[in-house]
Amino acid sequence: MSVVQRVDNVALLPGYLAAGTAVLVLLVDLVVARRAVTVAVSALGAAGTALGAALVGAAGIRRTFCVGADCSWVWNGRAALVGVVIALLTLGVLAISGPLLRAGRTPAGEYCFLLACAMTGGVVLGAAGDLITLVVALETLTLPLYVLVGLRRGSLAGAEAAVTFFVVSVVATTVTLLGAALLYAVTGSLHLDRLGGTLAARDDLRDLPLTTVAVALVVAGLAFKVAAVPFHAWAPATYDGAPLPVAAYLSTASKLGGLVALLAVVQRALPAGVTGPVLAGLAALTMTVGNLVALRQRRTVRLLAWSSVAQAGYLLAPLGALALAAGRTPDARDGAYAAAVAYAVFFVLLELAAFAAVVALRPADGDGGTLADLRGAARRHPWVGGAFALALIGLAGLPPGLAGLFAKVTVVRSLLAGHAGWLALVVALNAVLGLAYYLRVAATLYGPSAAGGARPARGVVWALGAATVAAVVIGFAPQLVLDVAAR
Amino acid sequence: MTFGQVLLVAVVAVPALGAVATAAVPGDRAGRLVGTVAAALTLLATLPLVGGEHGWFGYGPRPAVQPWHQLDLTWVPGLDLRFHLGVDGISWPLVVLTALLTLLCCGYTLWRVPAGGGSGRALVALLLVVEVGILGTFLALDLVLFFGFFEVVLLPMYAIIAGWGGDDRRRAARKFALYTLFGSVLLLVGVYLVVTAAGTADLVTLTGGAGLSRSTQLAAFTLLALAFAVKSPLWPLHSWLPDAHTQAPTVGSVILAGVLLKMGTYGLIRVAVGVAPEGARWASPVLGALAVAAIGIGGLVCLAQRELKRLIAYSSVGHMGFVLLGVATLTATGLQAALIGNIAHGVITGLLFFLAGAIKDRTHTGSLAELSGLRETAPRLAGLLGFAAVASLGLPGLAGFWGEAFAVVAAVRRGGPLWLTLAVLAALGGALTAAYLLRLLRRVSHGRPSAAVAPLGPGLAGAELTAWAPLVVLALAVGLAPALVLSYASGPVEALLGVVP
Repeated sequence: MSVVQRVDNVALLPGYLAAGTAVLVLLVDLVVARRAVTVAVSALGAAGTALGAALVGAAGIRRTFCVGADCSWVWNGRAALVGVVIALLTLGVLAISGPLLRAGRTPAGEYCFLLACAMTGGVVLGAAGDLITLVVALETLTLPLYVLVGLRRGSLAGAEAAVTFFVVSVVATTVTLLGAALLYAVTGSLHLDRLGGTLAARDDLRDLPLTTVAVALVVAGLAFKVAAVPFHAWAPATYDGAPLPVAAYLSTASKLGGLVALLAVVQRALPAGVTGPVLAGLAALTMTVGNLVALRQRRTVRLLAWSSVAQAGYLLAPLGALALAAGRTPDARDGAYAAAVAYAVFFVLLELAAFAAVVALRPADGDGGTLADLRGAARRHPWVGGAFALALIGLAGLPPGLAGLFAKVTVVRSLLAGHAGWLALVVALNAVLGLAYYLRVAATLYGPSAAGGARPARGVVWALGAATVAAVVIGFAPQLVLDVAAR
Repeated sequence: MTFGQVLLVAVVAVPALGAVATAAVPGDRAGRLVGTVAAALTLLATLPLVGGEHGWFGYGPRPAVQPWHQLDLTWVPGLDLRFHLGVDGISWPLVVLTALLTLLCCGYTLWRVPAGGGSGRALVALLLVVEVGILGTFLALDLVLFFGFFEVVLLPMYAIIAGWGGDDRRRAARKFALYTLFGSVLLLVGVYLVVTAAGTADLVTLTGGAGLSRSTQLAAFTLLALAFAVKSPLWPLHSWLPDAHTQAPTVGSVILAGVLLKMGTYGLIRVAVGVAPEGARWASPVLGALAVAAIGIGGLVCLAQRELKRLIAYSSVGHMGFVLLGVATLTATGLQAALIGNIAHGVITGLLFFLAGAIKDRTHTGSLAELSGLRETAPRLAGLLGFAAVASLGLPGLAGFWGEAFAVVAAVRRGGPLWLTLAVLAALGGALTAAYLLRLLRRVSHGRPSAAVAPLGPGLAGAELTAWAPLVVLALAVGLAPALVLSYASGPVEALLGVVP
């Protein structure tokens, strides 16, 4: 057996582009040291990464770093989708960071560099084919965020949030790694497909208590990243303390990363008979607790944070269909994975729009404030307020937020196709709970108007407009998302 | 595309585009005018839909739904969603009624914008969006599309109540939105329960059960019936209705009572009974009992009401009870009674809410204790109120009679001790209806003019007469010639019952 591996550099191109962006941003910040240039270079890099990810993905599946049939890097349709979405989210977050960076308390060079690093982790994550690559990619996505959360100079809340996030996240990673190590001890492999094959073929291994513990540890560790209840407590405090664009990144890109990692291990490596019931329970608990607590929130970002906890429940729900034997047929499984990915795409778009709107309506460098601060905002800024309301209604899953409606419909359909009617009912009833607080925010926007606010920054308005247009387009043509999600 | 297909698209697209145009046109009055024109065009587009192949000819087994016109386009294959519209004798009268009431409401808003809220233009735009949802619900021949349109109605109606309603409007609007969303999500689960089991969402194929197992049909019917019972509303799921009606502005109440509730009863007939006939047969005694309970309780609650709009709102619970009783019998007479009852209730309650709104606008109170002697100072208004109340209590010769009488007849014909008891109780409930409406008239019209009523003038505005006249005429016309509705419905109803076991 040859020790020298052939490396397919084309397959790695998206990763190179993302990492190259990070390095380039660092150099540009050193050499040119002008905020606008740094931001422009990072934006261009993110756009290039998205383009590269899509182009490489369009050419069919490419693998590299293979040992026999097992590859650590598989650039397939899912990887391309994740890469494109992560890169575009980075672009969107850069666009809404304008006011924050201009306010001067946050160093632009470091900010953009860290964001590009996180993007690199996200792009690699989609292609990861073994547990180590997966965990390292996920950490590369998360690690820069610890710093980003606390990067604002002189912000006590930011420092607090960063420490909370750091401690919880490191523990979660350790738990995942322990689970991975135990899996290695049981099966002797780390490649996802080989793990899945071994566990499926060997009943004796699957029935070992050690295997169950290992699976539980891996799933629990990853559940931290998507902020699923009961591993959610860090999310509201961290979101609220972080600068608004970073909170947006946490609740979109970082959450998507967690879901992708979870999906990879559940789909390819772990026995569905063990993960299914756990995920069904997590999903039901997450959406219910998230929605119930969100009902009582008075601060905008905390409300969005709890709502995004609830949304994590909807994200996990399709995987809950694996709990029943009827949900483990190949068709039902494919449907469930596709539904989870499709829901994630719909969700991150609407969530980004919601955060962009909050940034637009709040003073530069301000935090999210309370709901009362948003009173009458839609009367002062009809377009921004309207887009915010549309995003909230979409998150609630009702027309005219068609994207959100179809997202919920996709989840419910996949659950019923997997004969998990009870979970479909839980999702449906949670939609009612969710509407209660989304409607409260939307109604506040149209309440009696106070004094006129400042003009929203142009970049933020562009990002909000682009996200809204994209949400409207995929609202009328959801098949676009469903097609790429099923690949 | 044939002329009929163009019309089908126009019926949904014209109000949608009208809503956009209304919001985009500069100037409040110009916007309201554009919206009213769009509503008028929509009504014009619904009328010629009646021309077309009515499906009386042909041999061999025929499908249980035979649309006069239909349009079937692919939309989202991944979710089994097709853009499939069609119209037949069950839906057409409701489509016309919806278009008519929306036009009247837009015209009324042209004359008067309810106080206390946003611009009249926005109100007209929202009315048009609600119209899109209601018309789409009546026209959809795809289950998922039906669900989509069913949901479209919810938030615009919320905004109408929350934006232009009475003092307690926010709470009432929130209650409306959450309660009816509760129904909608059950509908979503029910719809996909059927769709994933049958592999299609086409209502034409699905009507008759489409080979669904008995247990699926029972589960689906339970979910669907619950969903529609919230919307209709059927006692004991009605509690959102009185608040919403009382707080909504006049035009909101008219649309809400006139056609929005009909989405529930229409869905029950077309979707719940059509798709899960075995489930319907299984649940019909329960539905019948609940319907009669609604009639009785609605009547008793009405007797104790002290607020004009609240009384009319609760009377809707009773009237919809008769409609549901008709559906529950699962006989041709019963379904026909339900359909004509739907139309009659839409016309009469629409008129009643217009009149109640006019009285409230003039006297600034809706309390029955503060209203009396209306016929002394405003004889025309009092006369119209008397006419509408008498029509509502089911006097023969007016629209309300047919639905209530034949629902009782259908229950008697169904036979057996249960249905006979239900028929007797429903008839007694009919007497209660007379009692509370006559009490209303005695309180409001007769006696000495109260302080609130005394300063009223006898005149009615031209806009008011224009808005009310079509409803008065329709109440008379449907009462004297029920064939107006029934002749179109008899074929489709027979076909539908042909597939119910």
